Amino acid sequence: MTLLNGLLPPYIESIAITVGIYIIMALGLNLITGVTGQLSLGHAAYMSIGAYASAIVSLQLGMPFIFALLAGGIAAGIFGLIIGYPTLRLTGDYLAIATLGFGEIVKSLLFNMPIVGGAMGLAGIPYKSTLTVTFILVVIVIWMMLRVERSRFGRALLAIREDDIAAECYGINTSLYKVKMFVLGTFIAGIGGALWAHKIMVLQPRDFGFMKSIEILNMVVLGGLGSIPGTVLGAIVLTSIPEVLRFSSDYRMLLYGALLVIMMRFRPNGLLGGVDVTKLVKKSIKSITGSNFTNKEKKKVKGGD
Amino acid sequence: MLSIQDIHVKYGAIRAVMGISFEVKAGEIVALIGANGAGKTTSLRTISGLVKPEQGKIFYNDLELTSMPAHKIVEMGISQVPEGRRVFPLMSVQENLEMGAFTRKDKNKIKDDMKKIFQRFPRLEERKNQSAGTLSGGEQQMLAIGRALMSNPKLLLMDEPSMGLAPMLVQEIFKIIREINSEGTTILLVEQNARMALSIANRAYVLETGEVVISGDAKELAENKEVQKAYLGL
Repeated sequence: MTLLNGLLPPYIESIAITVGIYIIMALGLNLITGVTGQLSLGHAAYMSIGAYASAIVSLQLGMPFIFALLAGGIAAGIFGLIIGYPTLRLTGDYLAIATLGFGEIVKSLLFNMPIVGGAMGLAGIPYKSTLTVTFILVVIVIWMMLRVERSRFGRALLAIREDDIAAECYGINTSLYKVKMFVLGTFIAGIGGALWAHKIMVLQPRDFGFMKSIEILNMVVLGGLGSIPGTVLGAIVLTSIPEVLRFSSDYRMLLYGALLVIMMRFRPNGLLGGVDVTKLVKKSIKSITGSNFTNKEKKKVKGGD
Repeated sequence: MLSIQDIHVKYGAIRAVMGISFEVKAGEIVALIGANGAGKTTSLRTISGLVKPEQGKIFYNDLELTSMPAHKIVEMGISQVPEGRRVFPLMSVQENLEMGAFTRKDKNKIKDDMKKIFQRFPRLEERKNQSAGTLSGGEQQMLAIGRALMSNPKLLLMDEPSMGLAPMLVQEIFKIIREINSEGTTILLVEQNARMALSIANRAYVLETGEVVISGDAKELAENKEVQKAYLGL
């Protein structure tokens, strides 16, 4: 289990873990906002629920990390169900505002609950989110998302994004699918939060504010709404840019903002928005080998239906 | 086959339908005609379960549909071609058709039905890998009809199939509607184009501000002086 740990310099390793956590967070939000088209501005709240729940399992119960991870995911998923059931009837701006409100409520509660340390936060969480663990979880989440994308469930979600009334006309139980999707997306956010807690080792409510939700949303939008490779790329780019720009010290966030604006100007659909990556890969393989070696791949994709 | 009994529908405080009753018998084409805001679309949306009536009942072959959710109603064999076509713009033509068969599990039959639809609409087959948003209005209407047929409906609800189409295409769409009907699908048609609707329907109901004002045999209605004056511009 320690395959990748220590392979990179500590500073790079730390960034790589952060990138991994953000990939997981962004993929969860991509399911909600990118694939299904439900704008959520409270994703950080589910991350915080997962982080605190897992920290409590680790600190109070002293259970192994795998249980802390699951507890984080399940706790966030339960809140996803409780919040998603009533709010997913809303659409567009109204849903965005409702999710934003929920995010602020969670933050205020965490600030004022002595059991989680209030504004002081929770400290002394054991360091468990190694590069290996994070990497494995990233692979699992990507695999899950690819499975969802190619499933009947995934097609129903896409139809809801494209036109929810038409989707309902053709027999898709839109409210049920939206709630299921939201629970899955928030569960993944909870896993991301649990990883975060066991990397940073200290939790403070202010880390999970509105800006964090926006940061994750940026990754999804920048990468290309609904695109799994795009979301992964968006998370990598936006997590590493502030590090790369460290040399410019004071101007760092200014450059970061400018880059966002420029990218949106030239690729409004996101870096990989509207790009069929599987097709692109097949094409380049074809052009390199000049043969029809991709037939096997095609069958594989079909089998996933 | 379908019986609507005194339904009342409200959108908030606005009353869209105030006590409409009508009937559709198996094998018929029935038209609901009337001006904007008469309650035609609302009646259709109530049948397909997209809105719930405040009062009144809907029966389909003696089964009550009134409180059933939309996806259950599709499973029972009622499918709707929604107003304004509403194709899934970023999905391909083929994917749109596959979505139409969402409630079905019989994979081989679905493939056969897709072939039939491509025979009926060769234009869709030519464009099956193209995204639906890039089709012309007429092609999108054909796709919307094809998609609704993919659920293998016994009763097809069509909301303004002629909307926004060139006269030639309107003719073609109506010819297709008649063909679908002659192959055994019952059709309930909502139209502003009263002339076309009355020319293919067996019976029709004229709606005005949420109520049925005249009903009867489509040919007789086309001869009716009041209908001619109000809806046929004669």
